[in-house]
Amino acid sequence: MPQLKNRQFLDFEKPIKDLYDQIEQLKLSQEKNKKIDMSSTIEGLEKTIIETKQQLTETLTPWQRVQLSRHPDRPYTLKYIEKMCTNFIELHGDRNVRDDKAMVGGFAQLGDETVMIIGQQKGNNTKTRQMRNFGMANPEGYRKALRLMKLAEKFNKPIITLIDTPGAYPGLEAEERGQGEAIARNIYEMISLKVPVICVIIGEGASGGALGIGVGDKVVMLENTWYTVISPESCSSILWRTWDKKETAAEQLRLTGTDMLQFGLVDDVIPEPMGGAHWDYDGAANILKNYLIPAIQELKQKTPEQRVEERISKFGKMGFWDEA
Amino acid sequence: MKQEEDFDANLAGEDGEAAETKVSWFKRAKRGILTSTKDKKDAPEGLWAKCPNCKYTCTISELQENKFVCPKCEYHHRIGSDEYFDILFDEGKFTELFANIKSKDFLHFVDLKPYDKRLEETYAKTDIHDSITVAHGKVNGEDLVVACMDFEFIGGSLGSVMGEKISRACDYCIGHKVPFMIINKSGGARMMESAFSLMQLAKTSGKLTQLSEAKVPYISLCTDPTFGGTTASFAMLGDVICGEPGALIGFAGPRVIKETIKRDLPEGFQRSEFLLEHGFLDFIINRKELKDKLSNLLVLFRS
Repeated sequence: MPQLKNRQFLDFEKPIKDLYDQIEQLKLSQEKNKKIDMSSTIEGLEKTIIETKQQLTETLTPWQRVQLSRHPDRPYTLKYIEKMCTNFIELHGDRNVRDDKAMVGGFAQLGDETVMIIGQQKGNNTKTRQMRNFGMANPEGYRKALRLMKLAEKFNKPIITLIDTPGAYPGLEAEERGQGEAIARNIYEMISLKVPVICVIIGEGASGGALGIGVGDKVVMLENTWYTVISPESCSSILWRTWDKKETAAEQLRLTGTDMLQFGLVDDVIPEPMGGAHWDYDGAANILKNYLIPAIQELKQKTPEQRVEERISKFGKMGFWDEA
Repeated sequence: MKQEEDFDANLAGEDGEAAETKVSWFKRAKRGILTSTKDKKDAPEGLWAKCPNCKYTCTISELQENKFVCPKCEYHHRIGSDEYFDILFDEGKFTELFANIKSKDFLHFVDLKPYDKRLEETYAKTDIHDSITVAHGKVNGEDLVVACMDFEFIGGSLGSVMGEKISRACDYCIGHKVPFMIINKSGGARMMESAFSLMQLAKTSGKLTQLSEAKVPYISLCTDPTFGGTTASFAMLGDVICGEPGALIGFAGPRVIKETIKRDLPEGFQRSEFLLEHGFLDFIINRKELKDKLSNLLVLFRS
């Protein structure tokens, strides 16, 4: 987690920043003038911070949730793996083209269980952001993910996917190598994987890029994430012909965990630490770990055939129409 | 054939700047069961069609005679499900399936217009049930179920109805042991159905695994354009995947790619010839030969 002085704050997080700044000021003047005791004032401010965070979380608009999901201090896939698992061995490459750094994966120990854990990875500074291509995988990323899933299936290990992508990369080479085919293949193969599969949206869940590693027995979202067919910005540009309607688009798309759960399109929403996962990496990872371990055990009670059948029928029910 | 195209507007439910949405000069009087070709497609006299590619002008009936392929430059005009069914099915006879499933504005989605209003207007304008129509008929005597998209219906967008119709078509094909074909013509997902439209990718893929297990052949034909959600699912999952000449096929639209990489796209990028070259199509088929090649393929699968 970044130190306080390196923290980044979103616009609507400014009240929190102000409070932290005030505390800093008080601490400084305390050091200069030891006669006055400011500890109670500081304590009071710290309490206010908690209250403010709580209040903010309760009143988040859909667009603010989108912003939180992209918070520059937010933990990414490798951070969750580091905090939740032991003995992670990263496996690289799709055995065809190259190793896609926007998609990571490997075996790891989660509790008492060996799992295959796969996810999109973003960077946290200019250099690594570029190296990770902002979490936008190319076809080889999806094919690497599929290779690892097949490996897990072969050795009967549960699969966890951590989804955090603004979309599959819309590039020239990506098209040449069949971005559409790679995602289609993953979706098709994932629906009949014999091992338990749990997919977690930990940040951005944008369209096919997310679904390409997003077909599972359980699909769940962290509290401050979004998942839908298009980013609010692109939706605004296409449907409203302007980039300025992203807030409206975010509302209309009903992309939050609460909405998705209500529609039956995801199976659970997992809470985050107060104010968002970016305030407490250990806390966020712990909540997720405590969700995953029993969920895997529950899924293991079923036969592979049962799991596949239920997966197909779960997705099969999604949609709405009128029937005359 | 250089043609800058942006089908975003079609996805937004407008006619857009696309070269043409569909060649539609005739309207079906009555839909559904066993509509015979000769009863309905006398093109009105004196109508002319201009090829968007080479500007060659000919009469509609000449174009129709030529399966809507430009007699001069072989440009494949965009056509709809009615025309494809006429081209493919013997004597133009077929049975439409699942025609009673209609789109619904479950989310009360409002962009520049409410989705339900957009649907109403589209129904009034197009005379088709949704962006996909499923039909069972015979192709040179071979049974085939064809699910064909209509670009004029909100850009052939992939929504709940398309997902449900394809799913039911798979069940039908498994039950009747009839091969299945999808004719893709879509700009991508139906954004007004939000995540529900995205989930159709998983829904239809699940059904296709069942179709595959039942050893029922599934053929995917990609026509101009085939993009987004369709490409990222059933369009790229055929036992045999073919394309019409010159069709634009891809995941991300050309405009988005251009904006991302900030340079011009090479000539022929994302055309079927390009996909064939990169190994994503089994073959390219001229519409005039489609029916015969298809029935030959079906015979090979069957015998």
